[in-house]
Amino acid sequence: MTRFQLTTGKRERRRLRTNSFMTALFSVAGWVAILFITLIFAFTFKETLPIFTDPEVQKEANFHAFFFKAVEGPTITDRYIWQPTSDVPKVSLIPIILGTLKSTFVGLLFACPLGVAAALFSSEFAPVKLREIVKPVIELLAGIPSVVLGFFALIVLATWFQQVFGFTYRLNAYNAGVALGIALIPIIFTISEDGLAAVPRAYREASFALGASRFQTAWKVVMPAAAPAIFASFVLAFGRAIGETMILLMAGGNAAITSFALTDPLRTLSATIAAELGEVVVGSAHYASLFFMGTLLFVITFISNTAGQLVIKRMQTRMQGEKA
Amino acid sequence: MASSRLHLQGGRRISDHVAVTLLGLSVVLIVAILAVIVGNIVVNGFSSVTWEFVSQAPREGLTAGGIFPAIVGTAALVLLMTIAAVPLGVATAVYLHEYTPAEGLRLAWSRYKTSKGRPGRSKLFLRFLSALLATVTRSAVANLAGVPSIVFGLFGLGFFIQFVGRNIDRATQPPGELMWGQGSLLWAALTLALLTLPTVIVATEEALRTVPQDQREASLALGATQWETIRRIVLPGSVSGILTGAILGISRGAGEVAPILFTGAAYYLPHLPRAVTDQFMHLGYHVLILSTQSPDVEATKPLLYGTVFVLLMLTFLLNLTGVIIRTRTRSRLKA
Repeated sequence: MTRFQLTTGKRERRRLRTNSFMTALFSVAGWVAILFITLIFAFTFKETLPIFTDPEVQKEANFHAFFFKAVEGPTITDRYIWQPTSDVPKVSLIPIILGTLKSTFVGLLFACPLGVAAALFSSEFAPVKLREIVKPVIELLAGIPSVVLGFFALIVLATWFQQVFGFTYRLNAYNAGVALGIALIPIIFTISEDGLAAVPRAYREASFALGASRFQTAWKVVMPAAAPAIFASFVLAFGRAIGETMILLMAGGNAAITSFALTDPLRTLSATIAAELGEVVVGSAHYASLFFMGTLLFVITFISNTAGQLVIKRMQTRMQGEKA
Repeated sequence: MASSRLHLQGGRRISDHVAVTLLGLSVVLIVAILAVIVGNIVVNGFSSVTWEFVSQAPREGLTAGGIFPAIVGTAALVLLMTIAAVPLGVATAVYLHEYTPAEGLRLAWSRYKTSKGRPGRSKLFLRFLSALLATVTRSAVANLAGVPSIVFGLFGLGFFIQFVGRNIDRATQPPGELMWGQGSLLWAALTLALLTLPTVIVATEEALRTVPQDQREASLALGATQWETIRRIVLPGSVSGILTGAILGISRGAGEVAPILFTGAAYYLPHLPRAVTDQFMHLGYHVLILSTQSPDVEATKPLLYGTVFVLLMLTFLLNLTGVIIRTRTRSRLKA
């Protein structure tokens, strides 16, 4: 651009200088985002490193102790134990990983059908007026802070569930999972609905022309065409469910028990970090173990998010190609 | 034949109706869930919210008094977070959309590859590098959005407090003294700023996309520099979209608790924070404390509901403002 500048007065030079200065400034901002994501990984990993390098820490916390080591006991509940601060520290991650999987499972089981059904209805059947109500409702739902959902599950939902189903423990995987599911619905709904809306009109018209009803068209034509987006919404919801903290910290019951029963209280990776990091000695094996969980969460969510985004992008490209 | 087909259609119609009704019920259920949660909190919380409640500090081991310090702490935190996140987020988005090649990675590469022996080839290579940076940044940002909030908390502790803070202390404070190397308003705000950054960046880029390319070209053709074009044409044209993204990001940050657990939120403080290095009370953290560590659950229930009510209203109001601005912009764009 500067090549065509003919005048070289003082004011012009200042304008050009400002311009190059701003270009530099914006470029720096562009780098900062990458810098921080690298830093986030680097620092979470740096605090995890002693597990791989420090023999003192390794005595207590190592890969074998996390995933395989079991103590003697009659049931699996006695064999895999997370008690990092006892005299003989036991740092099996099995109960915690199991707890994470249980709450995630219930959460997805609750949210996936509900979110997709609502998205299908909103995109294919709802009158415009109704759609204008559904979208803000979903947005409000997404706007509820997770600490509020955790509070609701702990104080209200747990009591209701216990009264209705007669659970032995107030706080269990059902209670926590449903609360978690409420947080997942907006993710599943929004992404699925975007995917359904992106299916070209021609698909529907062709289906109608062949004599299919509106429901048949929605179910057998539109939904399969949007399947990648729906799948991606599940993957992204999974990433959110694995990492969600406050809901599980408050409504999960905070007991790291190795148990497959959904009626038992549980403890997730995220809730363990939240509950224990405040009192841990910086640099200890326990501290490194908590950061190891953080790294684990980071890696799992990183993979699931990248996969989800990739699927969405592919579908967008394909749909755009077919529209043209 | 004809009658059996009619019959089939009749059967189909009924099962269709049932299926569609079921789908509709899922919407009803979702609306009901929202209504029950909000209704329960409003009914139980509204009566707790008195002038006393919002203007006084907690008393008697958090079983009486109000939540004034938590409101002030939350406001201060959100303000600092906004100052850190919005300018940086907007600048990153402007860089991604205005300064990197619009043709995308693949095209930039193939243009470079097919330009063998022509003048200005190195420029094409730089263009490709710039496109590469943009792609990497975009996916980094998308991934940052999915990182669990507790991991941000770990990062805040590991990076801001243990690394940056402790090193500042080592350089400026007498040995053993901690000023920066502990949880504070500043570190919590910066941690939250990182969390909101992706929301701001994505929303701003979307807003920049709504400004027609012709307007930029017209401005450049009249002799304006790129910065002048951005400042006078692009930013004014996208300000409401940027505002929406900023508000939605702030609203998300205002409700997050996990990242501030270890970076500065305090259980109880007798005074308000006076400096950015002070700890602070926070509405969300207060909800966590009241509901999990109260010595007398029944006695604290009204206070708890009141706090949840205030927090929920705060985030809803922020959200609503964002949504209203967006709806207005969209209808204006259509017209």
